[in-house]
Amino acid sequence: MTDVKSSALSKANRAKNTIETVMNGIFFVCGAASILCVAVIAGYMIVSGLPAIQEVGLFNFLFGTEWAPTAENPQFGILPMILTTITGTLGAILVGTPLGLFTAAFICYLAPKKLRTVLTAAVELLAGIPSVIYGLVGITVISPLVANLFDLPSGATLFTAIVVLSVMILPTIVSVSVTSLKAVPQEYSDGSLALGATNVTTIFKMNVPAAKSGIITGIVLGVGRAIGETMAIIMVSGNVVNMPNLFGSVRFLTTGIVSEMSYSSGLHRQALFSIGLILFIFIFVINLVLTGILKKGSKQQ
Amino acid sequence: MKKLTSLILAGLLAAMMLTACGNNSNTSSEASTASTASSASSDAEPASSAETEESSADDEITGVVSLSGSTSMEEMARALAEGFQALHDGVTVDVQLGGSSTGITNVTDGVSDIGNVSRDLAEDETGLVPHEVAIDGIAMAVHPDNGVDSLTLEQIAAIYTGEITNWSEVGGEDMEIYVVGREAGSGTRDAFESISGVGENAVYASEQTSTGAAKTTVASTPGAIAYVSFDSIDDTVKTLAVNDVSISIDTIRDGSYVLQRPFLMVTKEGAELSAAAQAFLDYALSEEGQDICEQVGLVRIN
Repeated sequence: MTDVKSSALSKANRAKNTIETVMNGIFFVCGAASILCVAVIAGYMIVSGLPAIQEVGLFNFLFGTEWAPTAENPQFGILPMILTTITGTLGAILVGTPLGLFTAAFICYLAPKKLRTVLTAAVELLAGIPSVIYGLVGITVISPLVANLFDLPSGATLFTAIVVLSVMILPTIVSVSVTSLKAVPQEYSDGSLALGATNVTTIFKMNVPAAKSGIITGIVLGVGRAIGETMAIIMVSGNVVNMPNLFGSVRFLTTGIVSEMSYSSGLHRQALFSIGLILFIFIFVINLVLTGILKKGSKQQ
Repeated sequence: MKKLTSLILAGLLAAMMLTACGNNSNTSSEASTASTASSASSDAEPASSAETEESSADDEITGVVSLSGSTSMEEMARALAEGFQALHDGVTVDVQLGGSSTGITNVTDGVSDIGNVSRDLAEDETGLVPHEVAIDGIAMAVHPDNGVDSLTLEQIAAIYTGEITNWSEVGGEDMEIYVVGREAGSGTRDAFESISGVGENAVYASEQTSTGAAKTTVASTPGAIAYVSFDSIDDTVKTLAVNDVSISIDTIRDGSYVLQRPFLMVTKEGAELSAAAQAFLDYALSEEGQDICEQVGLVRIN
């Protein structure tokens, strides 16, 4: 009897072990797949992006101000695009951060319950809208509005792109900020309020500083989204390679790749891949910064 | 129980992944075998059942037709090549790029059978026989409300180089000119900049990545002007007359509308073309070839 029992037990154990091994394997394969994707993409970007940089020269490529890929004497300077991307992203962050942070604080502390539900749902919906829709609204509504408002011949400007981008990064900033504000212990607010501080003082002096690392994470994620955005801004920015000018036509790094891919060949096409490489490095650095912030945040806690 | 279910699910998942992979490799290998098989069979027996009647007449035509030259003519050349190869299984048409001048050099040196040249031959480019295959017409589009009806080629060039910046300077109302163009590499841009003499000095306010986008920009911007290929013109924009000649198939064909350029296929003078190259050239000038040219937005020559 005991023999049978123990053998049944060991059988069950063995089955358990098999499950463990198989599941471990599956987890490993899934994990490896995403790493492999990143590695392949990174490798591909480097291999296809480097030749043009070598041919043009890193300095000429990064700091050249003239982009004339099809000219008799071709020029491949992407400084205007780099600066446009930086200015556009900074602008979007400058507009989007206060808007997003205030929305988050409102959702967390001030909004009546019903409004809070509606607001949260609206923000989530905003995150789900495809970027081409933002572009369409930008080109049909915001762009003419900007043209009228500032008396410009056309509203396809850096300013319009910034407006569109700041709306697009809102959901990221709001949702991450809400999560981190909610994680601030209730006692902090209670203590602050008990000392006689007002709601607003409590939010700005107590809750926001306490949720700082989460909020910064949201902003950095927003930066990532803004840098990588293409479809919406290609429709509203005019696409001429100019130094960033708030009310002028500009071209971003992302749109630079897309707009000339279809007809490019030879060194021109390689240079577009090099732009991709630079963009990849940008995103990579942002992710490093993000990891740094998250590490610091977890240490503090 | 729970574990058992998860095990089954995991097993299913793994099985799906495996089959998915298997399917992929299967289909791709099938496809490649199929394509090798078909190409092998077409090499061996060009008279495949469906096209027996058509190809029996041209059974002798085999080999490679090599074209090189203008990037602007790439779309047309590839479309013609596709149509021609569909008729003649034994012929491969190889379209290389490099620009009109490269095409001329390659034909002179005997590297290519046919050179694609998207401009008139210069006086010193001798020893070549030009065959005009199609005409590329470029329309100047403005907003429908724009009061200006006609511009001279010089005025257009001045607008695109930024010397003229207001419509009032060319007889219109006081409104800033919004100069719209296409992205670098576009055939239309290349054609416009070379014909108008703007060259590389164009100053754009907006660069659009397709004919449609350029047209939409013009249609929604009162002060805009853009060059677009002739076949894409519709009611959303107004076309300007150039040197007082309005654009139409007739004015393009008789040469009075100046914003146009010929698409030439040049061959070497005195040298005899291979049967395949001659057949390709004949095909380009045939009714069917001309239809293809029209489909890619060009004006046919006959």
